[in-house]
Amino acid sequence: MSRIFKLVPAAFTGALLFLASSAAFAADGSGGGSREMGLAIGAGLAVGLAALGGGLGQGRSASAALEGIARNPQASGKIFTPMIIALALTESLVLLGFLIANGLSGKIGG
Amino acid sequence: MGPHGTWFDFIPGLDGLKTTMQGPLGRTWTWQVFQATHFEISHVIIAVLVVLLIALGAAAYAASVSKLGDEAILPPAKLGTRAVFEGLADMVYGVLEGVMGAKNARKFLPFLGTFFIFILFSNLISLVPGFRAPTDTLKTNAGLALVIFLATHILGFKEHGVHYLEQFTGHLPLKSPLVVLVPLMFVIEVISHLIRPVTLSIRLMANMFADHAVVSVFFALVPFLVPVPLMLLGVFVSVVQALVFTLMSATYISLAVAHEEH
Repeated sequence: MSRIFKLVPAAFTGALLFLASSAAFAADGSGGGSREMGLAIGAGLAVGLAALGGGLGQGRSASAALEGIARNPQASGKIFTPMIIALALTESLVLLGFLIANGLSGKIGG
Repeated sequence: MGPHGTWFDFIPGLDGLKTTMQGPLGRTWTWQVFQATHFEISHVIIAVLVVLLIALGAAAYAASVSKLGDEAILPPAKLGTRAVFEGLADMVYGVLEGVMGAKNARKFLPFLGTFFIFILFSNLISLVPGFRAPTDTLKTNAGLALVIFLATHILGFKEHGVHYLEQFTGHLPLKSPLVVLVPLMFVIEVISHLIRPVTLSIRLMANMFADHAVVSVFFALVPFLVPVPLMLLGVFVSVVQALVFTLMSATYISLAVAHEEH
């Protein structure tokens, strides 16, 4: 877990570098104004970060449920339903990210 | 017949019907996820087909049960229509009992079980090549989720009367100093209630659409044997998503009708 969190600053630095380089490219290139570029990057980041966080969260809840089942296999029926509810509630936040991304990408070229 | 074609493309006169219906029913406005799209009626036709199939199955079930008479309380000996429907009902009842308790599960089994069976068979029919799932579009799912949304609040008001509104303020007693938080709580609760049908419908749509897209991509690559494991995965996704929809609806309804214990 901690190894994953060590990667987060690196990922942000990478994303910033990517943004800076694409901004430099956009300054050279013609067409596709910076508004469109911002919308596109924002849409990608919204759903990407939502999926990142949702994936981490769902992995944690699934691993906890599997540990519980491994310790007490007879409880698997009782663990399954709350696990599905937890996974679905985590997933709804990812879906909100998807909703934002969808709204943003609908504005591109509009 | 392109990647989105169905068997219904071969029915003559359907294109004319589509063009006729596009006039009064077509959507010209766009808002958020409802972007410009081509008018489509195939998902409606497949939904009607699914309902007809379920009705036929239910009729077969009723016939087989009434033929048996008193022996119908015994579980069926071999796998048939009766075993499938009883197994599904039993599974939904087990899940509902875990969420809302035996009394409420009995009360809401017909309502939520109908959702489960309709969504399950809608999902499964998309695994037959040449059909698409009615649930892989937001139009069907928004309708389903809206019914759940309305049912939640109607049942809540029926159970609690005006006191149902206390659920939106966090059940704070009037004397408590925390009562200043009520406007904040109210806004948060209303948003969380409004977001529920949105996530319900988008979750189902996204999962079914992704599943269908994966299978059709592999069909385009190698149209023999290779898509079979993915279709097995599709069966799993179909069952789980139908279950998730039912389970989340059951959670929302049980939260609305639950009595706060002090």
